[in-house]
Amino acid sequence: MIVIIDYQAGNLTSVVRSLKALGVEGTVTQDPAVVAQATRVIFPGVGAAGKAMATLKKLGLDQALRQSFGRGIPILGICLGAQIILEHSEENDAACLGLMPGRTRALPRVEPLKIPHMGWNRVRFLQYHPVFKGLPEGAEYYFVHSYYPAPAETTMVLGVTDHGIEFPSAIGRRNLVATQFHPEKSGRFGLQILENFLAWDGSHAE
Amino acid sequence: MLSKRIIPCLDVRDGRTTKGIKFKNNVDIGDPVAMARFYYEAGADELVFYDITASSDRRNIMIDVVRRVAAEILIPFSVGGGIRNLNDMRDVLLAGAEKVSVNSAAIQNPGLITAGAQAFGSQCIVLGMDVKRVAPSSTIPSGYEMVIHGGRTPMGIDALWWAQEAVRLGAGEICLNSIDADGTQAGYELTLTRMISEAVPIPVIASGGAGAPEHLHQVLTEGRADAALIASMVHYGTYTIKGIKDYLAQRDIPVRLVW
Repeated sequence: MIVIIDYQAGNLTSVVRSLKALGVEGTVTQDPAVVAQATRVIFPGVGAAGKAMATLKKLGLDQALRQSFGRGIPILGICLGAQIILEHSEENDAACLGLMPGRTRALPRVEPLKIPHMGWNRVRFLQYHPVFKGLPEGAEYYFVHSYYPAPAETTMVLGVTDHGIEFPSAIGRRNLVATQFHPEKSGRFGLQILENFLAWDGSHAE
Repeated sequence: MLSKRIIPCLDVRDGRTTKGIKFKNNVDIGDPVAMARFYYEAGADELVFYDITASSDRRNIMIDVVRRVAAEILIPFSVGGGIRNLNDMRDVLLAGAEKVSVNSAAIQNPGLITAGAQAFGSQCIVLGMDVKRVAPSSTIPSGYEMVIHGGRTPMGIDALWWAQEAVRLGAGEICLNSIDADGTQAGYELTLTRMISEAVPIPVIASGGAGAPEHLHQVLTEGRADAALIASMVHYGTYTIKGIKDYLAQRDIPVRLVW
């Protein structure tokens, strides 16, 4: 069962739709007991880190996510889901899940560039990962965010993107992989990433 | 580097698009879903739907369109026109749109921007601005005034002030339409676009006046816009999105060329 975690942080319809386009039904849930039965977890989300963490805790989904990570099943974080898997976020000075060492930082504004970083941008992949295979040079992905994940270990940075500064836009640790961009809104290359994720067994050396 | 976005705008009345595409293939030029699919495959970076339905059941009609469009395309799209309150926003977002655009309702009730941003996040609240050039005065020091009803009703609000106020209230993006340039196909209002874009930290989509690729080039450089809205120049088949992007890429404008 592919579980999409709903913690009231934005719209999940595009994630569900993308899976449908791949012929797969995702189960949207707020129930930790359902997450416990998942064979695969997608952890999307937009919004503020502080409120998101409060909701996760209230619903008991923080523990459910830690257990999923511990069980070794493949987990995909998207956008806010790529940020609050770290230990801490500068947004609302929030303590986060800590599935990956590091912090989420505010994207500095380098004029004349705008914040939020909104639109299509490239990802320069730094190392091979099964979830990002088969993507052509020059492919772009849809971003909309003001913060970015900064893992403590460079080995956990799978890809980087330039918006005034070069920031980690694809990160991973063990059975966890996460993108700051939205694969579900990134056309067919985004769909390729989701398809790769569905085929991934979660085994990837750091 | 972030690409400049090229965004076709589709006007929808009673669930049908009002301007047709002149193409040889099987696109139903009145069907917003078919047109969305067409532009998605043609390399649009995002789509804007503007609901100009006047009837009382407009919401249901548009929600159905949004739902069907969302099932067809895997790029972001926004919906504007007649978004009056949080319920309107919620309906449109849950049907699958990424963003909602508020225009006159936000002028009449600025708290709507803040309420929307708190409920759904700033990133999905677009401030639509219809702006008209006027003689600078003490109430309109920038010489650009907010208008509604397609430009017929001046609001006595300075456009520059309103743009900055909307940022403070929580808007995540501005779609800036020049009433003077709209429909002329003679080029965007560069002075206005530059003034607003330089004054706010959030992205600005330029709208009104696009008739040729050079107009997009002007507004994305001189005008400092982050994105450009286009309508007639592609709806009637005069230009293609690919052609426009190639033109821009040859002039070193970052655009998305692979899709």
